[in-house]
Amino acid sequence: MSINLSQKLPVNAFETKPFARDSTKRSMLDKHSLATLTHGNPHDKKVVCWRAAASIAWAVLLLPPVTALFVVLSRVSLFHPIEWITECLSILTSASTMFSFVLLCGVVVVVGFFNLEYYTVTPSIACSKIALLAQLLHPRQCLHAVVHCIMGVIVAWCCAFTIGPRYQNLASVCTLVDGDPQLCLNEYHLVLILFGAFVGYSHSLFGVMHNMNYVPFHAVQQYKYLRFKGNLPLVVKCSAIQSLYFTRNFLAVYFFLGYIPRSWLCDTLSLHSLNPLDSIAGLLDLAMLYHLWISGTFLLLTWYLTVLLFRVFVTEVYNFPVQSAFTEQADRCLPKVLPGQQPMVLKFLALQDLALLSQHAPSRRAQVFSLSQPGGHPHNWNALSSECLSLLADLTQRLVAHHETVAINGRAKLHSAGSDKKSVSSDSSGLSATQDISTPRSAFLRSAGAAAPMSPNTGPFTSDLDSPFSSRALRRLAPHLVPSSPWSETVQSPHLLRRGPQLWSASTEREISSSFLSFFSVPNSPVQVKHFLGRRVLVMYLFNKLPEASSQALFADSQSHIWALEGLSHLVAASFTEDKFGVVQTTLPSILGSMLVLQEAVDRHFKLPHASSKPLRSACSMGDCTSKTLRFALRATLKTAIYRITTTFGHHLNAIKMSAEHRKRLQQFLEYKE
Amino acid sequence: MCSLAFFPPPLSPGKITLCETNNELVSTESCQKQDYGPLSLYFPRESLKPHSRTENSSKAAFLQHSETLWIRSATVDFYFVLWGFPAPKWLSVSSGCVLALLQRVSSLHGALFPHLKVTSDCAVRAFAWHPHTEKFAVALLDDSIKIYNPKSATPPTLKHRLQRSVASVQWKPLCASALAVACQTCLLVWHVDPCSLSIRPSSGCAQVLSHPGHSPVTSIAWSPSGSLLVSASPVDTSMMVWDVAAESSVPLQRVGGGGVSFLSWSPDGSHVLAATPAPLFRVWETRMWTCERWPSLKGRCESGCWSPDGSRLLFTIQGEAVIYSLTFSDTTGTMKGSKAAAVVADLSETTFTTPAGDIIVGGEVQLLAWDPRGERLAVLLKGDSEAAARPAMIAVFKTRNDPIFELLPCGFIQGEPGAEPRLMQFSPNFPHGAMLTVCWSNGRITHVPFYFLSAGVPHLGLNGSPAMPQPEERLVDHGNSTLFTELCS
Repeated sequence: MSINLSQKLPVNAFETKPFARDSTKRSMLDKHSLATLTHGNPHDKKVVCWRAAASIAWAVLLLPPVTALFVVLSRVSLFHPIEWITECLSILTSASTMFSFVLLCGVVVVVGFFNLEYYTVTPSIACSKIALLAQLLHPRQCLHAVVHCIMGVIVAWCCAFTIGPRYQNLASVCTLVDGDPQLCLNEYHLVLILFGAFVGYSHSLFGVMHNMNYVPFHAVQQYKYLRFKGNLPLVVKCSAIQSLYFTRNFLAVYFFLGYIPRSWLCDTLSLHSLNPLDSIAGLLDLAMLYHLWISGTFLLLTWYLTVLLFRVFVTEVYNFPVQSAFTEQADRCLPKVLPGQQPMVLKFLALQDLALLSQHAPSRRAQVFSLSQPGGHPHNWNALSSECLSLLADLTQRLVAHHETVAINGRAKLHSAGSDKKSVSSDSSGLSATQDISTPRSAFLRSAGAAAPMSPNTGPFTSDLDSPFSSRALRRLAPHLVPSSPWSETVQSPHLLRRGPQLWSASTEREISSSFLSFFSVPNSPVQVKHFLGRRVLVMYLFNKLPEASSQALFADSQSHIWALEGLSHLVAASFTEDKFGVVQTTLPSILGSMLVLQEAVDRHFKLPHASSKPLRSACSMGDCTSKTLRFALRATLKTAIYRITTTFGHHLNAIKMSAEHRKRLQQFLEYKE
Repeated sequence: MCSLAFFPPPLSPGKITLCETNNELVSTESCQKQDYGPLSLYFPRESLKPHSRTENSSKAAFLQHSETLWIRSATVDFYFVLWGFPAPKWLSVSSGCVLALLQRVSSLHGALFPHLKVTSDCAVRAFAWHPHTEKFAVALLDDSIKIYNPKSATPPTLKHRLQRSVASVQWKPLCASALAVACQTCLLVWHVDPCSLSIRPSSGCAQVLSHPGHSPVTSIAWSPSGSLLVSASPVDTSMMVWDVAAESSVPLQRVGGGGVSFLSWSPDGSHVLAATPAPLFRVWETRMWTCERWPSLKGRCESGCWSPDGSRLLFTIQGEAVIYSLTFSDTTGTMKGSKAAAVVADLSETTFTTPAGDIIVGGEVQLLAWDPRGERLAVLLKGDSEAAARPAMIAVFKTRNDPIFELLPCGFIQGEPGAEPRLMQFSPNFPHGAMLTVCWSNGRITHVPFYFLSAGVPHLGLNGSPAMPQPEERLVDHGNSTLFTELCS
């Protein structure tokens, strides 16, 4: 019935407030938000929590239809349709179903809460296998896995309860060879419960490997209901296919290791075991396979729906006012929110809003271009443009640093100092050019202060940030600082490493291999050498860089840069006709300069090996597909942004003061030769 | 309401319309004195070998397999993964039968969906001007695309394995190099480096965008801001909005209509017209991607075009000899348009008497094109290829959108005897007025310039810009620049 209800809803029926008000989880979430988000304007922080609460409420509301569907499909018997339907109806109205339904609601709420707690807007990309392993073994992740395991068991128990008598109880009465009725282990029940635990754990594992906690923003805006509806078939397909794979894996595991839980249960509960299932014939029971698969699909579907709703709600456009007449609202305005220190997601929402207002809202653009009432300063424009410019400068700096590292590595290997030195020096000149160009308020200084965790120099000291005891807000601020992030290797000076030695910060591929080489120089017995070779291969396997990962990690938060570029370029293009006071003109040279410098850095980055290779597209996964292609999107957006400015201003750009190199570059854009 | 009866009679048969000067379309050589003219091209059908690939003899040396790669890999992998040993004989036989059945069903496809068959008697299948420069792309019958640039002698030829039955090409706005191609099975986005001298760019320069169920792609439209690409197929009910660089797509599904056969993005980027093969079309608003349904009564929407400011949509309906107009006043992102479409032009059949006999012009409209300044509207009228007295014609209207919408007759464009116009597009940046490029059925591409002084052009870079000092002046006071005074805050 709820399916019908939700389908008939008007387009913007997913309003945040009413459902959050109805939700019983409101008080808990509010407390949570106050406890973890201590600084900044509490109103804006609450936005995310409200949205999460609304998404959880909707996930709970969607549970009855999904459960009903599951009951109908799990008891399917085509040859007795009437019996089938009456059975389903009686099950759906029974008290025990109500109880398991309450349990399922609890599971959905916990899963939704974990979504809120673990989500990130910048994916964490592991640069080597060992970093991935470290992510998996992180205490935070272990907690996630254990909780999802338990949730899986609970869901599987509910499934066992609804599917039928074959799975309902752990023990059953059976007759042994000598004729006495005795209690036997019902292994089907055990299999289903273990399957639930397995799927729960695999879900958590896959979440790390495919960055399922990453919340991607879309280039196309849609109303929540339509977005949800559009993604629903994909989610159903995904959960069905994923469940198939999990079933296969589980069968393999159970075939080899299934005797352990069985014998342990038989021993502790003194049950008998008849016809053990961990044989090929036992596991190829089609009815059981079907039930395993459909239970797994049900479990994954409810969880994926929670994830989907969470994403849809969190990434919805939030309208920040550009300026406000009331001082108490001043903190909520776009120019204040954008550069503020806050959870990353708010910054993203603000940037998204900026990009959209620059394209679609002439009245709000007029507010951006307006002057302050006493004084006549363009505070709004200054704040917005300097924040965007500092974002771009930050990315440029990061790219240049990465390129330098690569160049240095290359020089160490090839001993070809000449050409590399040249490129490095040109890098640094490019960097100084940015600093010269940046506005008097010095975006660099501010970025060094505000976005300190992003700057490359602090890379190796992230252990405290990543520890489970640090506050969540801090972790949000530096979400992409995975251990062994690519710029952790930019600083290799010994005293820095002494201050913050980290287990996996290493990127110490060279050190390790050199230590092994020194080990080899000592004569050893062949057996030992073989032993070490084997270990060395393993170590090399673990420490070897994944080819594209460093490039992906560099551009992990590039969605913000894309919006900054779009916002800036649209605003500048609109200023040609709309900017009455010439506010934009003052910053136009620095905007063009930083875009051109970034363009140069991006161009050079794409000349590196692996940087321009496209990732394999996975057709069906709930994980992120967009984060892997962000660098391509950034490159295209950057070019389009420069073209937008040059096309609008045309030959007027000749009147702008800029360096000869930039002018040459700009001329190429004016002639459409890039 | 303007009708064809007010038009000046067409030129006598045998004469070719060359240009418009002094308010009339002429065939004399008086146009040649103007210095602007991109090259006219001629692609006779005989020069192209559309089936050259099948003539390759190497094909006979290999066994032809019928199953698609996907089905093969799916059956084999699935089986292998699931059971761990290769499929037995009976399974392969039965799956072969299923495949044969599938092929039989798919061979009925052409009979079931006649509108999907591409009629190709013309050597030119698609044509597109670059929105900013003087180059254009021509898709030919042999599935190759040539890019002509007045500055380079040899046009680069684009060929790709998947580039088959090209239905449409379009250049990406605000970009020098990207060209989107709608193909039989997928969507290709070529990145042709404008500085490269290569005549045959490798297929590595092409990005392949495909989505299961979304084929054949017949119409595409770039957003004017260059960020998004919309593609549509007449058999897929969902329209794809692509973020091309990220290769991600968002399907926008609306069931009614059974597909999308025609797409047009308004020049201000706020609306997209999506016509379906059924008597129904939609106008999407591009901010939140919601749509207005326009269930038109008589037939399907054949063609449509937007005024340069995106406030007015002209469209034609199959089976009706009129042009309808819809207005949109988009200020806040919500659609507030007119409630009903108004008829603005009557194109019913009209007989003109020429020295060589009577000519009947009028009837259904095949294509509409509006020039980027909003001053000329070209209407391609269907003719009867059998009857010599009913040729296909291009009627040109003078238009004005502000303060009130006006359509005034201008004249007819006619080509060589026997040649029918197939495609037409206005050049996006012609300095002296407007220029219409017409692709004729005999493979000729001609350009018809319209020389006029435009009244109050909203052309960026000419009006409304702040007065800029000359560069020399700026060099003088180099030390304390006066133009870009820093507002210290």
